[in-house]
Amino acid sequence: MTAPQIEIQLIASAVAVSCALPGCFLILRRMAMMSDAISHSILLGIAVGFFVIRDLTSPLLVLSAAMTGVVTVSLVEILTRTKRVREDAAIGLIFPALFSIGVILISRYAGDVHLDVDAVLLGELAFAPFNRLSALGYDIGPKGLYLMSGILLLNLFFILTFYKELKLSTFDAGLAGALGFSPVIIHYGLMTIVSITAVGAFDAVGSVLVVALMIAPPATAYLITDRLSYLLAASSLIGVISAISGYWVAHALDVSIAGSMATMTGVFFVATFLAAPDRGLVSIFVRRARQRVEFAQTMLLVHLYNHEGLPGVERENHMDHLHEHLRWEPGFAGRIVGAAQRKGSISRDGAFLLLTENGRETARQAMVG
Amino acid sequence: MDIVGFVDNLFADYTLRQVAMGAAMLGIVNGVLGSFAVLRKQSLLGDGISHAALPGIALAFLLTGSKSSLALLLGAAAAGWIATLLIMSIVKHTRVKYDSALGLVLSVFFGFGLVLLTYIQKMPVATQAGLDKFLFGQAATLLRKDVMTIGVLGGIVLVFLLLFWKEFKLISFDPDFAFSLGFPVRILDVLLTTLLVIAIVIGLQTVGVVLMSAMVVAPAAAARQWTDRLGVMVTVSGIFGAVAGVSGALVSSQAARIPTGPTIVLCASAIVLFSLLLAPNRGMAWGFVREQINRRQLQTDAVLGDLYVLANQHQEPGHGHPIEVLRTMAHGHGGVDRSLKVLKERGLVQETGSGEWALTPPGMEEAGRLSRQWRETP
Repeated sequence: MTAPQIEIQLIASAVAVSCALPGCFLILRRMAMMSDAISHSILLGIAVGFFVIRDLTSPLLVLSAAMTGVVTVSLVEILTRTKRVREDAAIGLIFPALFSIGVILISRYAGDVHLDVDAVLLGELAFAPFNRLSALGYDIGPKGLYLMSGILLLNLFFILTFYKELKLSTFDAGLAGALGFSPVIIHYGLMTIVSITAVGAFDAVGSVLVVALMIAPPATAYLITDRLSYLLAASSLIGVISAISGYWVAHALDVSIAGSMATMTGVFFVATFLAAPDRGLVSIFVRRARQRVEFAQTMLLVHLYNHEGLPGVERENHMDHLHEHLRWEPGFAGRIVGAAQRKGSISRDGAFLLLTENGRETARQAMVG
Repeated sequence: MDIVGFVDNLFADYTLRQVAMGAAMLGIVNGVLGSFAVLRKQSLLGDGISHAALPGIALAFLLTGSKSSLALLLGAAAAGWIATLLIMSIVKHTRVKYDSALGLVLSVFFGFGLVLLTYIQKMPVATQAGLDKFLFGQAATLLRKDVMTIGVLGGIVLVFLLLFWKEFKLISFDPDFAFSLGFPVRILDVLLTTLLVIAIVIGLQTVGVVLMSAMVVAPAAAARQWTDRLGVMVTVSGIFGAVAGVSGALVSSQAARIPTGPTIVLCASAIVLFSLLLAPNRGMAWGFVREQINRRQLQTDAVLGDLYVLANQHQEPGHGHPIEVLRTMAHGHGGVDRSLKVLKERGLVQETGSGEWALTPPGMEEAGRLSRQWRETP
């Protein structure tokens, strides 16, 4: 690995963790699409800020763009509060408008400088190591790494300091309000953090992929854990793994790094969606199949028990009769009888089925309770 | 540029006419379908579908090697449709909520689209140029056959909408009731979503994947302000969409370096702003005006009442009271000077000296009536 490669992966990891942390709260508070709105509309802030400051990595630019993010959130809220449109429509109205103004400003007036819409929308991580920061004449690393590390520390500080407040207002906003924690302050604090993160990550991965890194890793982690602290840790880890594996895939195929990172977050989500313990599709189907067999066995035992010792028992408790009485396919009936035999609930006399003492007890219990 | 020259240009210039036709048709179709999306609280689904269409466009190009708009549109529609089904199944099978599922699918598909686009750009063939116009749209590149494609597909969408009008109306407002009546709600749901997908993908070349969602939401949200009837809303929304599409496409084709998509979106946003403020009944400006009128009426009545109280405290009804006294009594609401002017015009008060005011006999009567009315009102 060359030094620029290591630096790119470090920046990518810092972006991934910085995005995953506030992302957890966004998905829990059902505000995931707010990240989409913010990450688009900060383009306007970046455009306006750039015309004033003329430096894409200046902290002032980050601040002015982050302000636009917060303004977007309040505009959405103001519009929703007029009761003329619903919240989702308000989001869908505000951010395209702001984003459009940004795009027009940039393509009209910034054609000759280093700021074009593709770069801001799509990001170009591969160039990040070329923008160096130097102190006292020494080269101390890429600017982007310092910017993202700073944002990462800020996010960690915010979440650790207000962990209790965030947790409470996320899971029980009413109680939080009643206890005197201002939901508005927590809300806008979180939105400020999201905006600052989006601006910082914007330069590295572009606006739409900020959304991928903010939502996909937390959504993936949400499938495997029930604890907020684990959720934060797991989504950070998934974010970093997606970022690094995405980088290498991009390296191998010579394609967009940001796009490849976003694709990897999706791959991990789908893998988890299928294979997660307990909540994954596979384990759900396995569990359903097992429950079906168990339920069918109980049905069989109850059926045998009901007819035991009554006239016609030879006909009723016969292998071939199950098809008629319980509407079972012969293959399925064979499987269930086999499973019940292995469990020791029934025994077979040719095609005639007999309950064991064990099976009789199970049937009795199933009928009672 | 003067307006006459512009209009002249429009009818003379073949390209402009194409662009205007295409933009108008996609505006109508999206405005109409958008009405249903907005009413069904799926405003942001358009955002998901349009972003998710990107890998479909790239894959269609990779597989067919052609840039014919029909092939790319089919790819886009397939990808948008798969994305929608994926969102639905994530919501159904996991505890991930709708908004997260939408954001996840949207951004991951878009990221994958970027991977494919950069892959295509590295290919040694020369025909790949121009796929990136799908990001922000480029109305100037609309050809006659593109416009035909938009027209035919848009027409099919509208015909289906008319055929299933009653059913779509029902599942938009009360899906449970529709289900209880025996309508196949799920199939209708998928059909309506499919129509939305088609409406969105026909606009991608003009407006671009990033901003296409606004064409779904904005005309419908604007139309919603003007009416409470679905039929009217859908019609108005289609007209708004067409106006936004045509004006945006024309403005952007008149000057260099103005991308089409953002311009169309700004036109649509302007229509929304206008409707929010000035639509009859729901317009916020009218609410503000009503509030002002009410407030002034109350202020005027209060000044009349104050003068009545003063007159009753003095034996002589014609005795003038200094305006300062009235201002003190009106503390908290103000508007004394304006109220006196209004009352004087109505002949209810008169100025007895410099800055001194008294009730006229009709004013006395009116104030008495008001005061009895206030006393009777609980």
